[in-house]
Amino acid sequence: MTTTHTLSVSGATKRFGAVRALNSVDLHVDAGEVLAVLGDNGAGKSTLIKCISGVHRLDAGTIELDGEAVHMTSPAVARAAGIETVYQDLALFDNLDSTANFFAGREEAGPSWLPRGMRLMKRREMNNHASQLVGRLKINIPAKASSVGMMSGGQRQAIAVARAAAFASKVAILDEPTAALGLRESRQVLDLIIRLRDEGCAVIVISHAMDHVMEVADRAVVMRRGTVVGEEVPRPENRNRLVSLIVGGDD
Amino acid sequence: MTEHIPVKQGASQAASAVAPAPESNAIASPVRLKSLGVLLGTLRIGPVLILLLLVAIMSQLSPVFMTAQNVGNVLVQSAAIAILAIGQLLVILTRGIDLSVGSTLALASVVGALVYAETGGGAATIIAMLLAGLFIGALNGFGYVYGKLPHPFIVTLATLSIARGLALGLSGGQPISGMPDIVNTIGAGSVARWLPNATFLVAGVAIIVAFLLTRMVWGRWIYAVGGSPEGARRLGIPRNWVLVSVYLISGLLAGVAAIVYSGRLNSGSPTFGQLAELDAIAAVVIGGASFLGGRGKVSHALIGALMIGVIRNGMNLLNIEAYLQLIVVGLVIYIAVQTDVIRGRLEAKFRVLKAAAE
Repeated sequence: MTTTHTLSVSGATKRFGAVRALNSVDLHVDAGEVLAVLGDNGAGKSTLIKCISGVHRLDAGTIELDGEAVHMTSPAVARAAGIETVYQDLALFDNLDSTANFFAGREEAGPSWLPRGMRLMKRREMNNHASQLVGRLKINIPAKASSVGMMSGGQRQAIAVARAAAFASKVAILDEPTAALGLRESRQVLDLIIRLRDEGCAVIVISHAMDHVMEVADRAVVMRRGTVVGEEVPRPENRNRLVSLIVGGDD
Repeated sequence: MTEHIPVKQGASQAASAVAPAPESNAIASPVRLKSLGVLLGTLRIGPVLILLLLVAIMSQLSPVFMTAQNVGNVLVQSAAIAILAIGQLLVILTRGIDLSVGSTLALASVVGALVYAETGGGAATIIAMLLAGLFIGALNGFGYVYGKLPHPFIVTLATLSIARGLALGLSGGQPISGMPDIVNTIGAGSVARWLPNATFLVAGVAIIVAFLLTRMVWGRWIYAVGGSPEGARRLGIPRNWVLVSVYLISGLLAGVAAIVYSGRLNSGSPTFGQLAELDAIAAVVIGGASFLGGRGKVSHALIGALMIGVIRNGMNLLNIEAYLQLIVVGLVIYIAVQTDVIRGRLEAKFRVLKAAAE
């Protein structure tokens, strides 16, 4: 057991007051692998990924990236370490255009000797890189600058996923990426997940859509009441076992 | 565990994608989309149109209105409000509000007058005014962010009272007359005997703040924090510092406005700037920035301040009584906020139509 994983979480524990949201959770993902995290509402999935992406801090336990412990003290730390997250609410800025959304918090700017906030934005570079990104990921969003608030649900989702795809050097985490999407739009997002995996990312997907999990995930862990209760290879013949793990029935 | 609903969702999606849309819809939708787009565009430039209309009406009603002397009057009367409004814009962009700027202006003017009386130095006076503004701005920013208050309304209401109290206490409740030449030149001087020097100061402030907002990363962060405070935090934008900074700048600009005000009246007084915070907030909203945060430009603050200046000046010229002026300004504010709300609703409609058209 000395192999190092791209991301490994061990003994993760998080309390909110009297509620123990995470209870000694162990988990790992490797590069080029898609891990699905399943579980009913309140199982602790979202808390887990928020701890990994620095939104919450763990009360106990460690998070290691390529074998090195990283203290996820803030989202900025997690992003700098190469972890990108697509939140359920997308964390988009409706008042900004798609380029500004792609680069939010990571604006290309100079000169580098100035503090980050004082630098001048390289707007043309950002626009060029954004359109390259859109081309590379083959996503379908309006080319010209209109605010993201004016776009459809699928386009907004595509922008959030593309932002994560663009900057995730190690781990990409997607919380319910296909919820509230139509067939065609879900397809786009699933293709993006596969492309991320093929580019060597470790991908974690939280989803309720069992069909999508079957399609893209290499492994699936099931959480219940803040702990990991089982792991399966998501194949059609394991579907019932996964569902019973999720709902907590006997198996 | 609810196993997702791929069947149902897929079916409805497939139906809308495959089935040919009813003919009336196919034609009406792009037309409605386009007309809605035009309407939204008009709303966006609405404040400029209204300002032009106001100017046109006033120059018809009063022969004095368009004289160089009176235009100078309007500009000088709008200058302090415009500077306060630019600071207020930054705060409102982050979904905040700064109620303290009028009192801060008074405090800065009193502090400036006292420092001038003590030292007789122009630079020292100006620096003292700016520091007084920054001081109240710091109370607001740090009090709001690190006091973990849910909204800046109360903390800036507190400093509204504190700053006015300090101004009254320091001055003994009396105006203190006498300001250095440089302050008088800025506040009361003019070019060609009509174009006020203060207008150049406003232009300078506007250019600097517009540059910060549109070119600097920090400006982008202000919009991001206004667009989605929680999203900004999750993407690693230093939200707390962005919030503190806008209150600091709003306070600093209240100090700058105090220079204009004190220079115009050659004194510092604890009664300066009463209700100026409301004018500043009104200017931002009337000018076309969104009171809900995230949307707005420096030009909106300037146009709003000019609009208030023109309305006040115009009604004075027409001998309209003060109480009516208050009512009119109030109505204009209401209409502006209502327009903002309608714009938001139209945009949502636009989004739905557009999604349907794809």
